[in-house]
Amino acid sequence: MNLSLTVNGVEHSLDVPANTLLADLLRSQLRLTGTHVGCDTSQCGACTVHLDGRSVKACTVLAAQTQGRAVTTIEGIGSPDDLHPMQAAFRDCHALQCGFCTPAMILRAIELVESGSALDNRTVREGLEGNICRCTGYHNIVKAVLTAGEAMQEQAR
Amino acid sequence: MNPFNYHKPSSLAAAVALHRDAEDPAYLSGGHTLLPTMTQRLAAPSDLIDLEGLTELTGIAAQGSVLSIGAFTRHAEVAASSEVRGALPALADLAEGVGDAQVRNRGTMGGSLANSDPAADYPAAALALNAVIRTDRREIAADDYFRGLFETALAEDEVITRIDFAVPSRAAYEKFPNPASRYATVGVMVADFRGAVRVGITGAGPCACRAPAFEAALSARLAPASLDDAELPAIDFNSDLHASAEYRAHLVRVMAQRATARIAAGTD
Repeated sequence: MNLSLTVNGVEHSLDVPANTLLADLLRSQLRLTGTHVGCDTSQCGACTVHLDGRSVKACTVLAAQTQGRAVTTIEGIGSPDDLHPMQAAFRDCHALQCGFCTPAMILRAIELVESGSALDNRTVREGLEGNICRCTGYHNIVKAVLTAGEAMQEQAR
Repeated sequence: MNPFNYHKPSSLAAAVALHRDAEDPAYLSGGHTLLPTMTQRLAAPSDLIDLEGLTELTGIAAQGSVLSIGAFTRHAEVAASSEVRGALPALADLAEGVGDAQVRNRGTMGGSLANSDPAADYPAAALALNAVIRTDRREIAADDYFRGLFETALAEDEVITRIDFAVPSRAAYEKFPNPASRYATVGVMVADFRGAVRVGITGAGPCACRAPAFEAALSARLAPASLDDAELPAIDFNSDLHASAEYRAHLVRVMAQRATARIAAGTD
């Protein structure tokens, strides 16, 4: 089937089988391999991307369901020379070890901060319930999100 | 995932016609049960009929004593809706606790009710809030809707369009979430309709159910202690690696008492 969507600001028109998952479209066809597939069953959250600004698990969205929509992946968030405040906070707070869950953590955390809800240890942990990390124990991830939250709210002022 | 034909009909009538003419079709709503089931090849429909964008299935309206919610409304939209928060804060709270944030951004109320997972949250609300489930062809009272494990009154090709909840004077939902999936190990909604109390339970048995003895005891006196000796609903309690039947039976009473305590304290 023919599919038109925008990924990280670039318009794409593609021919894909109907049973293509968004995660596979991003990784295999568009070679955006920062979106990771951990469990394939919408539990681990490592494939989280933004669909029209809302975080979704790309392993549980059909490419067909993104017709005409805008997808943002970790590759569209920042670059090594110009990190997004959330990326900078993850680095500064040592909020990653193996890094497999990190792109998805960052995308979900950005949505959480941008939602405008009050951020504290409890709300950040609840907000990240859909993202599993097997290395860090979450402590520094929470610290990074709170740090970036302040920086992002400062920027927005 | 096995191959299938993908359809995006522009009207409800066209969706039902596509379903009728296909070999082994399935409707696609939020997809958060169906798509993982398909990626694991536990389901392999020949045709997927996407219900997104059908106007008959969208919108939230509070009209007097009824809160009407379109079936395609996603959990995050229910949780964030000022109409829901105003008319039925217990339902907004329930929606805010479904799954995780990413699941709430995709999963829909109609999809959850059509699937009738024994541990889903909305079925408890549908029963406690005396919901009317509207479909493309009829209205079904929630009391007649839940039939068994993943089994409902819906015909194969029937589509839920809206869910009309009766607005109680007060209500509260309490659940004991599975720490990994956030599904309800047991969830209980208690709703007080000016002294007539309804209790909806999920997670405990093959499908959501009411608790007649709890309702009688709470209608007589709305206090947690009223449930100390009240008879549990006569169902086959689920038993699995997460909780034994005895533990679930215990949780039903505790969750009902907690929900009652919140109502009695006037915080809901």
